[in-house]
Amino acid sequence: VYDSLLLLHVIAAFAVVATVVIFTAFALGWTADARLLRVGNALWAVGGLGTLALGIWPAIYVDGYEIWDGWIIGAIVVWAVATELGRRAQVGYTEAVTHTERGAATAERQATGMHWLRSLAVLALLVMMTYKPGA
Amino acid sequence: MLLVGALILAASTFLLTWRGGSAPLARLGYRAMLLGALASWILMRVGAEWTASKEGLTDANLSWLDIGSTTADGGLVLIIVATVLAGLEARRGSGAAGSGAALGRASAVLVSLLIVAYLVSVWAMTTKPA
Repeated sequence: VYDSLLLLHVIAAFAVVATVVIFTAFALGWTADARLLRVGNALWAVGGLGTLALGIWPAIYVDGYEIWDGWIIGAIVVWAVATELGRRAQVGYTEAVTHTERGAATAERQATGMHWLRSLAVLALLVMMTYKPGA
Repeated sequence: MLLVGALILAASTFLLTWRGGSAPLARLGYRAMLLGALASWILMRVGAEWTASKEGLTDANLSWLDIGSTTADGGLVLIIVATVLAGLEARRGSGAAGSGAALGRASAVLVSLLIVAYLVSVWAMTTKPA
């Protein structure tokens, strides 16, 4: 069971990174395709929920890990920050691809900033998961 | 992770182009393969060799390591072929009935196969079957 949970947790993390890659294409101005944005958002929904749920479950049931371990609490906080930054990026890009007014350019600039911050948060999350500081 | 992310971006663009035919998406797919997948494949392979050397696994005979190495090395050939096809599609234009459409569809199939192969690798690396 642990192997299956770990596998699904890792696959969910791949979906999270795939979201970051897709949003990077928007941030670099390589695309403004609304369908691609929906793919990115769907990947974050699956990957974000998957990493959280399938990460907390082993933390509760596997010996050696506790939900109140510093690195696990830290990872949950960083996950929440990444999710909120991603939500703001999503809102901004959705506005930018569906409107052509001047306001859309501002929304796109803000969304791009949120995207790069989320990318940093996801990187921090991966570092925490790999090195488990304090464990 | 970056490699699979780039492949998912490329696959999404190829599949969307397959359905609708879009020159900007075809160009994005080519960029995702060239600047994303190829560059991150190099990063992945260097990182894998470095980790194997650090952990003393260079000459180890482990099935999960063999699965990872085989899909990684075999995957490079498919990545190069898919990148070339995507490049040709981007140059020729990718209208639904254009000459580039078939190339884009071939790229979509190859990249989808690559994603499946790398998911098998993730399974092998994570669960480490005997």
